[in-house]
Amino acid sequence: MDLKEKLVSSFLAFEDGLDLDNPVHEVRSAAIKNFEEKGFPSKKEEAWKYTSLNSIQKVDFSIFPKKETALEYKDIKKYFLHEIDTYKIVFVDGVYSSYLSETTHDGVDVCLMSSAFSKPMFRQVIEVYFNKAASKDESLTSLNTAFSKEGAYIYIPKNKMPKKPIQILHLATGNEAALMLQPRNLVVAEDNAEVQIIERHQSLTDNEVFTNSVTEIFAGKDAIVDYYKVQNDASTASLVDNTYISQKDNSVVRVHTFSFGGKLIRNNLNFYQNGEHIDSTLKGVTILGDKQHVDHHTLVHHAQPNCESHQDYKGIFGDSSTGVFNGKIIVDKIAQKTDAFQQNNNILLSDKATINSKPQLEIFADDVKCSHGCTIGQLDEDALFYLRSRGIPQKEAKALLMYAFANNVLESVRIPELKARINKIIANKLGVRVGFDL
Amino acid sequence: MLEIKNLHANIDDKEILKGIDLKVNAGEVHAIMGPNGSGKSTLASVIAGKEEFEVEEGSIVLEGEDLEELSPEERAHKGIFLSFQYPVEIPGVSVTNFVKTAINESRKARGLEDMPANEMLKMIREKSELLEMDRKFLSRSLNEGFSGGEKKRNEIFQMAMMEPKLAILDETDSGLDIDALRIVANGVNKLRNKDNAIVVITHYQRLLEYIVPDYVHVLYNGKIVKSGTKELALELEEKGYDWLKEATV
Repeated sequence: MDLKEKLVSSFLAFEDGLDLDNPVHEVRSAAIKNFEEKGFPSKKEEAWKYTSLNSIQKVDFSIFPKKETALEYKDIKKYFLHEIDTYKIVFVDGVYSSYLSETTHDGVDVCLMSSAFSKPMFRQVIEVYFNKAASKDESLTSLNTAFSKEGAYIYIPKNKMPKKPIQILHLATGNEAALMLQPRNLVVAEDNAEVQIIERHQSLTDNEVFTNSVTEIFAGKDAIVDYYKVQNDASTASLVDNTYISQKDNSVVRVHTFSFGGKLIRNNLNFYQNGEHIDSTLKGVTILGDKQHVDHHTLVHHAQPNCESHQDYKGIFGDSSTGVFNGKIIVDKIAQKTDAFQQNNNILLSDKATINSKPQLEIFADDVKCSHGCTIGQLDEDALFYLRSRGIPQKEAKALLMYAFANNVLESVRIPELKARINKIIANKLGVRVGFDL
Repeated sequence: MLEIKNLHANIDDKEILKGIDLKVNAGEVHAIMGPNGSGKSTLASVIAGKEEFEVEEGSIVLEGEDLEELSPEERAHKGIFLSFQYPVEIPGVSVTNFVKTAINESRKARGLEDMPANEMLKMIREKSELLEMDRKFLSRSLNEGFSGGEKKRNEIFQMAMMEPKLAILDETDSGLDIDALRIVANGVNKLRNKDNAIVVITHYQRLLEYIVPDYVHVLYNGKIVKSGTKELALELEEKGYDWLKEATV
């Protein structure tokens, strides 16, 4: 049985265990129909031209994790940003681990989707927001919606800000030979609220893991949301990340995606601007080697006047790694005075590494500022000579230049400890020794 | 200290240097002047080991050692320093981290341990004061968004930190206003001693009022067409380069 059949036939058993009177049931039923109709995306579709899910579909994944596995904090501490105090929402093989987590209902809700789905006190928020930003059309998003049950639920009421950043960590223990996970996250920051979130997926063994994740983020008027995705997983872990962001007037949402590890990563990052004077920032650093593959598909939909968007993606590709950047910007006819900026710069370190970079601008307004740039190249010889003439050997000089190239994107990271950590990962990845005070 | 003999160098099969002879002793300051396109910057780059230039003939010898086979970093380890006409911007690497890396890599090449942190800090403080640099400047990304004057001051700061035997200053005066020029020249003068040597490459005589050379050479069309003392610089200022062109054609 292929993976699609397996998933479709498992749906009834999955719903059996849930409350069928819950309005979410209808949303799930519609979603599984859409997935059944469309199936997994294939390379024939333009949006999946460079990323194949064929090999994933041949794996016999367990789709319901069997049991909760106890993990000791000391063994997984390194996957947390442990230098600072944070709220933590931790899942082990898709199951919530209360032992490893630290949630709160003190003025803000930092807890679980399973609670939000089942408890009456959250029903209204679910009704207003759940599956309202996510695509009803895209098949993998529908697949996630159909099986949506668990994930992080973060609700920040008007004028509130959690006392500390929130970490969402998905761990896979390797208890299953192959495991498929479908976390579903909902983040709501009401008017003038503020929140910082770090998300990470981590497989603890070399057993195969496939994660199909959906995150919906709603930013109310004047809200500020910073979302950091740390993708530094094992070489047998694949991830399709579908993130949908809906913004109201004057809100600021910044998403940083750090892709350093994993077998196959596909990031579908979608911004919808539903108000004026909105600021949307999308930044990414990708550093790959071996046969790793990362595909960034971004969409910024400017639907109202006077908004800005900033995209800056940097990639370094070694060995036989492959990268894709597809940046789509839509500016509606009424979205005058839009300022949309997009930049994608890549360095190829080997003859076998490839990058496909494509800007896709659909502009229907006439008074807008849209700029995009894409470079694919080797390191700047003049810069290399400059460093070498100061006594820095060629290998270190190259590493330093790549470090500088990638590091540039980190300026907008607002958690200093996270910035330092990412800096360190980048330095290690590139072999930069340098007596740096990070 | 430095002896260049019959140096011919090409880039993309085009001959730029056409037989240069130059001898620089310890404690001396030499100025190399000449019109645009005469090969001044090429000479600086070739001495520092830039690989896109092919040395076709001749030799460059530093303290008895032929540099031909040495990489740019090895030349730096031997004590050659080039102050760039156009310093490169390196975002994400601070001035402090950069000089630390440069110094410790050079020490490593000489078989020394890293410079102790407190010693490094003390040296950074002293040398940045010499160049009248703001402390904030040191934590900024290397050359990124620096004004022309700041870039050049930063080059001389690096020179002060690296303590080279032979410093080549390539058009250090270009893009400097008079105050910046004075600070930079003052810094260079304080770094002069009997054991090092400085080669100043410049288009104009202005810088030589502040850094007074022992010898002046005129480079034209890839050759040194005239050498003299500092009075030659004044003569060039007055007459321009045309009379030399006529003399050599």
